[in-house]
Amino acid sequence: MHFEFSELIMCLAYPGKIKSIKNGLATVDFDGIEKEVNVSLVDAKKGDYVIVHAGFAIEVMDKKTGEDSQEIFK
Amino acid sequence: MRMQQKLISEINKLAREIGRGVNLMEVCGTHTQAISRNGIRQILPENINLITGPGCPVCVSSQKDIDAIVSLALAGIPVATYGDVLRVAGRFGSLDDAREKGARVFGVYDVVEALALQKKYPNLVFFGLGFDTTTPMTAWAIKKGLMVYSSHKIFIPAMQALLDLGEVNIDGFIDPGHVSAIIGSKPYEILGVAQVITGFEAQDILEGILMLLAQIKDGRKEVENQYQRVVKKEGNRKARNLIFEVFEISDGNWRGFGKIPGSGLEIKKEFSHFDAKVKYKNILDKVDFSLSKEPLGCRCGEVVRGLILPKKCPMFGKKCTPENPIGPCMVSLEGACHNFFSSKN
Repeated sequence: MHFEFSELIMCLAYPGKIKSIKNGLATVDFDGIEKEVNVSLVDAKKGDYVIVHAGFAIEVMDKKTGEDSQEIFK
Repeated sequence: MRMQQKLISEINKLAREIGRGVNLMEVCGTHTQAISRNGIRQILPENINLITGPGCPVCVSSQKDIDAIVSLALAGIPVATYGDVLRVAGRFGSLDDAREKGARVFGVYDVVEALALQKKYPNLVFFGLGFDTTTPMTAWAIKKGLMVYSSHKIFIPAMQALLDLGEVNIDGFIDPGHVSAIIGSKPYEILGVAQVITGFEAQDILEGILMLLAQIKDGRKEVENQYQRVVKKEGNRKARNLIFEVFEISDGNWRGFGKIPGSGLEIKKEFSHFDAKVKYKNILDKVDFSLSKEPLGCRCGEVVRGLILPKKCPMFGKKCTPENPIGPCMVSLEGACHNFFSSKN
């Protein structure tokens, strides 16, 4: 898996897993790299997988789809 | 890998059965990039023609908007925007050029970073651009007090414009993945052409192409969703509500197309306090936008309409390279010219 965070303004298809949420900001784990992600645009909870675009989660995946999707990149 | 080989052989089989030439257009900058990086255009059968469309937001930004934001920067207003835009040149140069002349210009990854900069530079303007995918973030930031110059656009009217222009016979669209995550699949139905909402991995794109060919062979004109792991039929209502809470629909100005009715997004009156076009009207009124013209000889406008591939432009790879880009199709990492150049080298 390789991507650059500079590519976040483009469509990053790699899902990240929410580790914690505080005040609309989530700590999201992208295969070991942690990133702050704004979750104001979705209804997401800890453990969900999210697709992130320009610093914001735009869609939530259930656990199984998220895990399967991460597999595609390995 | 075996799955990809299977998809390619099924694509070959369907292409043979269809027999005639087929034009498929992708309309998302990240698809342009993924297709180039994975060499997908090269492995497709001869009668399947993959055209690139207006899916790169930086590329379709109008010269007028570039001239406007550079004018603000040169007038001493701090400007922030996504990194790709900084090198797009206009009549007064690019934002990068303005920075060299002493203007305060910042490249940011997201609007949160722009809001943080605003704390240091209270009169900062964010140049907001992008399609349905990035507009919700700008709307969110406006509600938090970010001053914005909006060049945001709604995407489907551009697809309609392409079909109405009729310059290219489009048999099917590879619909954008993340625009669709916001708008869902229904809005595409008005276009009345074969379409598949497609993800960004090589396997997704091959699957999308295969689904399009199956539609074309059967004479179906449906909107199918290959990217179901992300795109829901109803899209992201929360994000859409936010867009229309802050923005209203206007006529958008696109490079290569000119005005497309109903494709633009302007900040609503109730948020005009955060609208740079209102706040800095006195500066913008002094700029003669009738002189805002695309760079001489640049064919980016024809590239985004799918009329030519980059190599048809005499400047491509010679006078115009990623190091010295003439137009935005070579500037942007999502631009067709940039990607054709990078995959060639």
